[in-house]
Amino acid sequence: MTRNHFELFDLASSYALDAEQLEHSYKELQSLVHPDRYAQAADAERRASMQWTTRVNEAYRTLKDPVQRAKHILELHGIDVAFETNTQMPPDFLMQQLETREQLEEAIQKKDAGFLDSLRGNLGGKRKLLETQIGESIDARKDYAAAANLVRKLMFMQKIEDEIDAAYEAIE
Amino acid sequence: MALLQISEPGQSPAPHEQRLAVGIDLGTTNSLVATVRSGVATVLPDAYGRPLLPSIVRYFPDGRVDVGYSAQTRQADDPRNTIVSVKRYMGRSVKDVTHIENTPYDFVDSPGMLQIRTAAGVKSPVEVSSEILKVLRERAEYSLGGNLSGAVITVPAYFDDAQRQATKDAGRLAGLNVLRLLNEPTAAAIAYGLDNAAEGTYAVYDLGGGTFDLSILKLSRGVFEVVATSGDSMLGGDDFDQRVFCWIVEQAKLAPLSPRDMRLLLVKAREAKEYLSFHSEAGITAKLSSGELVDLSLDTETFCRITHNLVQKTLGPVRKALRDAGLGADEIKGVVMVGGATRMPQIQRAVGEFFKRDPLNNLDPDKVVALGAAMQANVLAGNKPQGDDWLLLDVIPLSLGIETMGGLVEKILPRNTTIPAARGQEFTTFKDGQTGMSFHVVQGERELVSDCRSLARFELKGIPPMAAGAGRVLVTFQVDADGLLSVFAKENSSGKETSVTVKPSYGLADADIERMLRDSFEHAKEDLRARALAENRVEGQRLMEATVAAMQADDALLSAQEKAAIEEEMRNLEKTLASSDHRAIKQAAEALNRATEDFAARRMDAGIRRALAGRRIGSL
Repeated sequence: MTRNHFELFDLASSYALDAEQLEHSYKELQSLVHPDRYAQAADAERRASMQWTTRVNEAYRTLKDPVQRAKHILELHGIDVAFETNTQMPPDFLMQQLETREQLEEAIQKKDAGFLDSLRGNLGGKRKLLETQIGESIDARKDYAAAANLVRKLMFMQKIEDEIDAAYEAIE
Repeated sequence: MALLQISEPGQSPAPHEQRLAVGIDLGTTNSLVATVRSGVATVLPDAYGRPLLPSIVRYFPDGRVDVGYSAQTRQADDPRNTIVSVKRYMGRSVKDVTHIENTPYDFVDSPGMLQIRTAAGVKSPVEVSSEILKVLRERAEYSLGGNLSGAVITVPAYFDDAQRQATKDAGRLAGLNVLRLLNEPTAAAIAYGLDNAAEGTYAVYDLGGGTFDLSILKLSRGVFEVVATSGDSMLGGDDFDQRVFCWIVEQAKLAPLSPRDMRLLLVKAREAKEYLSFHSEAGITAKLSSGELVDLSLDTETFCRITHNLVQKTLGPVRKALRDAGLGADEIKGVVMVGGATRMPQIQRAVGEFFKRDPLNNLDPDKVVALGAAMQANVLAGNKPQGDDWLLLDVIPLSLGIETMGGLVEKILPRNTTIPAARGQEFTTFKDGQTGMSFHVVQGERELVSDCRSLARFELKGIPPMAAGAGRVLVTFQVDADGLLSVFAKENSSGKETSVTVKPSYGLADADIERMLRDSFEHAKEDLRARALAENRVEGQRLMEATVAAMQADDALLSAQEKAAIEEEMRNLEKTLASSDHRAIKQAAEALNRATEDFAARRMDAGIRRALAGRRIGSL
C-alpha cells in the first residue's frame, strides 16, 4: 500500500487538517481491519489484521500530531529533515528556551503547580503561533526548507512541554 | 470466515451456531464469570446462587485445593497455605511486595516471578490464579451445558507486560481459550455505555481490591475509544484494610503477631471498613491466640483521617490522565465508579469534589467489569452480526523503551499509544568489527533504566564485521491487541540479514504450560487427550472450510504454483483430521496456516481496497 498516510485516509496532503474526515476514515478503516473482527479467523488472517491495524494506527497518530504531520509532509517532498544532527538554532530562540527551562527548574524547586500551569499556558500560545506559521509555509508558500526550520523549533518546544508534564508528577 | 464478512456484510451465524463465550473478572478480592444469554449479559452464580467467588485458594498437604467461600471462612486457621489477593503477586518478584512483613506466606524468589511454598508444594501466582479460573470455567460449562469456545479475561489497565502475560498464562493453564485480555475500566465503559446509550467523554474510576485505574474514554455510536489511561497497580481496597490493621495494632499496643492473628485482624479490619460505608462507627473485637482480647471502636472520622493520603494518592493518576488527554476536569461528562472500594464515602466525596459532579453509581461496582467482558466475549466469538457490534480502541498504559548508553531510556512506544502498535528504532555499532549487540527492553515513564521495569535482555549475534557505525540494527517493538509485547531485531546493512525475536522472559514457555496441564490432569490423561483431540479437530475443520471458501472467492490472487502448495497442505490436513492424533492435526493446521500466510495478506488488502473503493465512489 501507499506510504503516504494522507492517501490512506482519503485526505489531501496538506498541513491544515480536516480532523473530522480523518477521524471518520480512521474509524471506517479500523472497523474493516481491527483484530476484534478476526478473533475467530485463521492465524494467517489474524496476523494480516494485526499488521493492517498497526499501520492504520501509526498513520493516524502521525497525522494527528502537529510535529509528526509536518515531518511526514516534508519527507513526502523529499526533505530529509535530519532533526537530530542539524540543531543549529537562532540564538534568540535558544535564549528563550533557556529561560523557560530555568523557570521550569524554579517551579519544580518551589513545588508550584500554579507556576507550571502558567508556563504550560504560555508555551501553548507560542506553539499555536508556530503551527500557524508552519501551515503557511507548507500549504501556501510551499517553502519546505523554511518549514523544516520552524518544525525544529516546534520540536524544542514539545520537548519542554513533555518536561513540564513530567514535572507535575515530580512535585505531586 | 471473518474475511468473507467484508464481501457479505450483515451475515450472522445462525442461532444454533452461537459459540459459548464468557467474560471473567479475575479480581484481587473476588472473581466473577458472566455471559450473554438471549442478548442480555448476566453473571453466572454458583450452585448456591452466589455470584461472587472470593479469590482465595487453600492448598492441602494431599494436593487437594479449596477455592472461594470455604477457603475464605477458614483462612485464619491456615494462613500460610491460604493464598489471598494473589493478583498482587502476578508478574512480580519478592522485592516488589509491599508490607511483606504483614504477609504470612513463605515466598520463594525465583527469576522473573516470585513463588509461594505451600503444603502442596511450591506454587507460582500463575498456578494459584489458574485454580480460581478453573472453578469459574467449570461453573460456566455446567450452567451453559457445554465446552467454552473462548473467554475474555480482564486485567487492570495499568498492568504492565509481565502482569498481563502472567494473566494470559493462568487462563491457558486453566484450559481456557483466551480470546482477549481486556482492560477493566474499558470493560466497565462497555457495560455502562451500552446500558445508558452514553455518548461523549467519560472517565472510569476503578478502585479494586489491589489496583487502581483511571481511564478516559470517548464514547460514540459503536466506538469505545480510550484516550488516556493511568493508575497504580499497587493501590487498592487492601491498602485501606492495611491502614486499619496498623491502627488496631497501634491502639491495642500489640506485640508482634503470629500469622494466624495477623490474618484474623486483617479480616476484622476489612469488616470494619465495609461496615463504615453505611454506619458511623464500627466495633472491632477479636480474641488473639494468646488469649488477649482486642476490643476497639473505629469511627468514620478516624477512618477518613488514617486513609486520607490513600484517597489523595488516587487523584495523582486522575490528573495525569487528564493532562495526557489534554482535557480539563470540566470537560468530562460523567465519572463511572467501578470496584468495591468505591463504596467508601470518602472516595465518592473526593471524586465528586475533584470533578465537581456526582459520580455515576448506577451499575453494581462488583459486577460491571464482568458484564462488560461478557459483552466483548460475545462480539469476539462472532455471535453478533456486523453492524450490531462495536469497535474497541485501547492503549498501552506505560511507555516501552530500550536502554541506551549511560543507563538512560530511549522510549520507542510512548504510553497511551493505541494498540496494536509497532515502531522501529535504528541502533548502530560503536566499535570496529563488532559482531554482536545487546539490548535491554524496559517499561516505565522514568528517564533512568533503574526506575523502570526490566522486561527482557537479548543479544543479536552474527553481525558481519564492519567499521564502527556501519552496522545498523533495526529494533522493532510490536504490541498486540492484548497489550503484549514482542521485540524483533534485524541487521541488514550488510545485505546479510540476521534477526532475533524475543518475548519477555517471565512468561511461561508453551512447554511449561503443557507440563502443568498434564500434571493437573494426571488422573484423567484420557480426558485431556480427548479434549485436545476434539479442540484440534474443530480448529482444523474450521481452517479447512475457511481455506476452501477463500480459494473459491479469490482464486485469482494465486499463482498456479502457490495454489498447488496450499492444496497439498489441505490434503495433508484432511488426512490427519481422520486420524486420532491430536498433535499431527495441530501440526498440519499450522503448516496450512503458514502456506496461506501471503494469500491471507493479499486477500485482506484486496478486501479493504474493494470496501474503500465502494465507499469512495458511493460518496461522490
